[in-house]
Amino acid sequence: MNSKNVIQIVTAGYLVLFFVYLFLPLVFMGIVAFNSSSIPQVTPWEGFTLKWFGELFADDQMWRSLFNSFVVAFFVIIISVPIGLGATLLLTRMQFKARDGLYAVLVSPILTPGIILGISTFLFWDRAFRISGGLWTAIMGQATFISGYCMLLIMARAQRFDRTQEDAAFDLGASHRQVFWKITLPFLRPALISAAALAFMQSFENYNTTLFAIGFKQTLPIFIGTKLRQFISPAMNALAVIFIVLTISGAAVYEFMRRREVKARNT
Amino acid sequence: MRNHWQDAKRNFGAIGIIFILLTVGSWLIFMILLPQLIMLDFSFRPLLPLRKLGGPEDVYTLKNYIVLFSTPLHRAIFFKTIWSSVIVTSVALAICYPISYYLAKIARGAKFSWLMMGLIVPYWINELLRLFAWQLILADAGILNQVLMGLKIVSDPINFRAGNGGAVIMGMAYAYILFMVFPLYNAIESLDTNQVDAARDLGASWLRIHRRIVIPHAKPGIAVGCIMTFMLAAGSIAAPQLLGSPSSFWFTQIIYTNFECANWNQGAAYAMVLAILCLIFIMIMLKIFRVSLKELAK
Repeated sequence: MNSKNVIQIVTAGYLVLFFVYLFLPLVFMGIVAFNSSSIPQVTPWEGFTLKWFGELFADDQMWRSLFNSFVVAFFVIIISVPIGLGATLLLTRMQFKARDGLYAVLVSPILTPGIILGISTFLFWDRAFRISGGLWTAIMGQATFISGYCMLLIMARAQRFDRTQEDAAFDLGASHRQVFWKITLPFLRPALISAAALAFMQSFENYNTTLFAIGFKQTLPIFIGTKLRQFISPAMNALAVIFIVLTISGAAVYEFMRRREVKARNT
Repeated sequence: MRNHWQDAKRNFGAIGIIFILLTVGSWLIFMILLPQLIMLDFSFRPLLPLRKLGGPEDVYTLKNYIVLFSTPLHRAIFFKTIWSSVIVTSVALAICYPISYYLAKIARGAKFSWLMMGLIVPYWINELLRLFAWQLILADAGILNQVLMGLKIVSDPINFRAGNGGAVIMGMAYAYILFMVFPLYNAIESLDTNQVDAARDLGASWLRIHRRIVIPHAKPGIAVGCIMTFMLAAGSIAAPQLLGSPSSFWFTQIIYTNFECANWNQGAAYAMVLAILCLIFIMIMLKIFRVSLKELAK
């Protein structure tokens, strides 16, 4: 056996181990959701059941927190994407001395632990505007760093923009508004859409910042966290199974669409 | 100044300028700067009952910071959190470097998209639920202990959740993989594959290729991955809450307890310490890998 074979075997072994590490915990979690034992466990197997899904769906708090999660995510998107766009326009098109400094400050929330953003947002709104913790402070806390992600995404595309297109439009007498809606925005659209999608996922999944900012209200992750720390029930496994199924079907639909597009382009 | 103004007007028009000032201005002032300043202010004030606020006792003090270092338990937890986060970061780097290299330079076509999807799919599942999966594995009556006892390797269940929190470290390394893989992947992907081929043709061993070509090129990616992972680990509260035990308390949990007891001031001081810790870590990483903050955003 030569050394090239050895490397190939080691690589294959590593890949298998890596993905087992990634997926095995999720497989266990899925199994537990269908075990009728009321303690979440894989063994002993006490028979197949769907009752944990029933328990989950009957939980009013779960539905309320899910609704709150959608509300928060919606507002985070409509706040963060415009901020990301505004910051991109400012940073890519203006030359000024404080540019690098401003950029560092705007990126800093991404590099700050989430709980600090949650705490400072909570204290600020409480002190400055007498608004105590709730959905609004959760939105503000999340948008603080999600705007940063949106900015980086939009900026990456804006840097590939050919400014001569705009200059040409201006020379032909177009107004700022026309140039923005007809040239700049269409070019940035894919980045704006991915920024919105990223904002939604980051918001929907956020725990650290929200935990400190939201006061006594609950989003879905806060609900899950409270449940997992109190009386653990396999209903949480049922929730995880729903997440897994949604994710995999989402991925499958995406892959299907991508392949169809590739096919359409080739024929 | 006048120059900038004309520049802006030519670039954006009046409505554009208003839009930019409104969005960037409110982000900068109401979401980034003022909240941090208020928290800083809180951290230097003593905890007082409401009626005493603004009174003679409401003066700036370092008391909230001194408590951290004069309470042995808090001090111990603080240093343990730093050390454990360094371990999490190293483990994540070791696990993720090979897969990132494989994705960036070896995997092609359908295999690449399958691997990429396999990597991303688990991360659409809520972080808490992913950590919960490890709870099922590492609990006293969990899967790992059952296997170990079934194979007669140990006679009593091992408590993975106590003490230094092996379970917490394991869970974090699992939960933050993606934040390590993507910066690494992006950095390695931009390396010209010809360099690797040339080195190989000249007889360099794979170890030497990685040490002399790939790793030096991937430095900014390694720095970003480590910064993100360390920050997430040191600032994580879900993992210690779900996978830890009272004997493996995390620094963030002390902050949380402070807020539960409505001791905002001490909580704010501890949060500031955490922020400064992360800042120092960023500085160290930038220094070690000799990259500037600007390169990080790539």
